Amino acid sequence: MKIGVMVKNVPDTESKIKLSADRKSIEMQGVKFVMNTYDEFAVEEALQLKEKLGADTTVTVFSLGPERLVETLRTALAMGADAAVHLTDPAFEGGDSIANAKVLAKAAEAEGFDLILGGKQGIDFDSAQTLSAVAEFLGMGQAQVVTDIEVGGDNTSLKVRRRIEGGDEIVDVTLPAIISCEKGLNEPRYASLPGIMKAKKKEIKKLGLSELGLSADEVGAAGSGTQVVGYSPLKERPPVKMLEGGPAEQAKELVRLLREEAKVL
Amino acid sequence: MPASFELTEEERLIQQTAHDFANDRIVPIAAENDRRGTFPKEILKEMADLGFMSMLIPEDYGGVGLGNFSLVLVLEEINRGCASTGVTMSVHNSLASSPIIRYGSDEIKKKFLPKMATGELLGAYALSEAGSGSDAASLQCRATKDGDFYVLNGTKSWITTGAEADVFVVMVRTNPKERSKGISSFVVESDTPGFSIGKKENKLGLRASSTVQLVFEDARVPARQILGKEGEGFKIAMETLDGGRIGIAAQAVGIAKASLDASVGYANEREQFGKKIGSFQAIQWKLADMATSIDAARLLMYRAARLRDAGKPHTQEAAMAKLFASEMSNRAAREAVQIHGGAGYLKDFPVERYYRDARITEIYEGTSEIHRIVISRNLTKN
Ligand SMILES: Cc1cc2nc3c(=O)[nH]c(=O)nc-3n(C[C@H](O)[C@H](O)[C@H](O)COP(=O)(O)OP(=O)(O)OC[C@H]3O[C@@H](n4cnc5c(N)ncnc54)[C@H](O)[C@@H]3O)c2cc1C
Repeated sequence: MKIGVMVKNVPDTESKIKLSADRKSIEMQGVKFVMNTYDEFAVEEALQLKEKLGADTTVTVFSLGPERLVETLRTALAMGADAAVHLTDPAFEGGDSIANAKVLAKAAEAEGFDLILGGKQGIDFDSAQTLSAVAEFLGMGQAQVVTDIEVGGDNTSLKVRRRIEGGDEIVDVTLPAIISCEKGLNEPRYASLPGIMKAKKKEIKKLGLSELGLSADEVGAAGSGTQVVGYSPLKERPPVKMLEGGPAEQAKELVRLLREEAKVL
Repeated sequence: MPASFELTEEERLIQQTAHDFANDRIVPIAAENDRRGTFPKEILKEMADLGFMSMLIPEDYGGVGLGNFSLVLVLEEINRGCASTGVTMSVHNSLASSPIIRYGSDEIKKKFLPKMATGELLGAYALSEAGSGSDAASLQCRATKDGDFYVLNGTKSWITTGAEADVFVVMVRTNPKERSKGISSFVVESDTPGFSIGKKENKLGLRASSTVQLVFEDARVPARQILGKEGEGFKIAMETLDGGRIGIAAQAVGIAKASLDASVGYANEREQFGKKIGSFQAIQWKLADMATSIDAARLLMYRAARLRDAGKPHTQEAAMAKLFASEMSNRAAREAVQIHGGAGYLKDFPVERYYRDARITEIYEGTSEIHRIVISRNLTKN
């Protein structure tokens, strides 16, 4: 089975996020980028499937983005992925989820994956669109927010468990298909030191606009139907106010505040 | 000066793995292990699986053989989570596996290194005795040759991981007529007849790491388990400590980083006079000083580690890194308690543990006083 895993890198949750002066973008300087949390589940699942299905199963990670992405691809290789494809071209810059999905779908098509895994969403912009869009471009079946994957006897289908409101839904999926991974699917492994050393020797294939047979006007900012016009931070929570006095007094004061200050009563 | 302070991609990945592992696996249990004095055995197994226990052991002997620079990257992160786990790892790599790698015969290396690499065998280092700490060359433990064996007698004190270790690098006197030149190093296994564990010390910090006495009563050690030649033991012990000290610098930096992280977190939350305490300049300046001195210590540590990996002289640089980092770490932990106020004095917050754990870094593997002697001697000679 040929498994493809879509990974992206996102600001580390420990990083301090600052907006640019015009509030139209995020200040990238000093921000540390790591593999998107949900993508870690996808890489781990692919590696476990490879361990289960045997040597003729391959795991290829692929992604679109700037040079800093290489480290995330290398991390996936260090975890045990066999190959990596980095989709990079100046024309890809500024793309929205759909424009990016167009590029990713082209690359996936060329690789001929039987199964594509990815995270259920990026923890940076939380759009949760790219995987679905790739599935649409490729005309593949898809199951989202999956917490368990079982491969059918003849490797042509999957039985997956999806998290839905108030319970789980169990779905049969015919391959080729795209699955988005949710927390609980597995426990992602660390890139071990021997794994990191081995990953150094694995190649990261670079593909651009022309290699993928795309034109500049269908990708990147030019190919995007949406455009970010600005970011606005949440209002900072005002300091906690401790009420004084006995229970009766406090209750009275609380009602007054809820009515007059918070205006919720 | 060899290679720069910039991390290679490989080194960044190594650091990231150690960082994530420390956050996920070590930070959550560190306070409890400290409180109960529990040795982190299962964690060490996981660390060995990731390659953390074989960082200096060549691939031919089952290790990852990455070197001292990668080792300090990992040690800083592990120590940020738990200094007890950190010292166990540091001693195993730098003080136990390193002298076997550098001075052991091929037979000895084959016997011990592959199992030390998997963590099946845990290592320790025994130089100090009750009467000889800073003045290590005056040690009294004796070894006398008897056919194919050396017979060891005496007591070692303050031996880290002594209660759990399987393999000890032990310095003993083989020639009572000589001082430092009368000392030899042996690899001693914990199941050697005549070897036993003595008193287990009750300590201020590093409470999840054992510190014990080792007792040798006619303990018979195969003569082929000598490291180097007879009389070379003190030189081996000191050269080994050059590496170990870089590891202790990493421990000190790790504790200081943990102190800073906790302090930043607290300063962003705690309010007094209607404001976050982090908005007071007095607190901001403390944080700025902590961050700056941590970076300075880290660069000294990086330099010493790069030099050691390059096979260049580094005794002076290792001493400077250890001296500066350990004193810096104590200041940082002290300020962290101060920033936390009364909360910092309680076991409910981790800075109380950092404060206790930081203290040892100024004492073992050479006290600050001894390091100042080493450093100044290099300045004034000639
Ligand atoms: C938790 C812990 C773990 C340890 N682990 C190990 C281990 O694994 N293996 C091992 O071999 N040892 C270990 N040690 C021992 C440690 O290395 C020694 O305690 C240390 O070297 C200091 O020796 P000492 O305690 O005898 O102090 P002393 O040498 O008696 O020093 C007492 C004081 O006098 C000062 N002093 C001594 N000589 C001079 C001088 N010439 N000039 C100026 N000042 C001087 C010292 O700096 C110190 O302040 C450990 C100790 C502890 C506490």
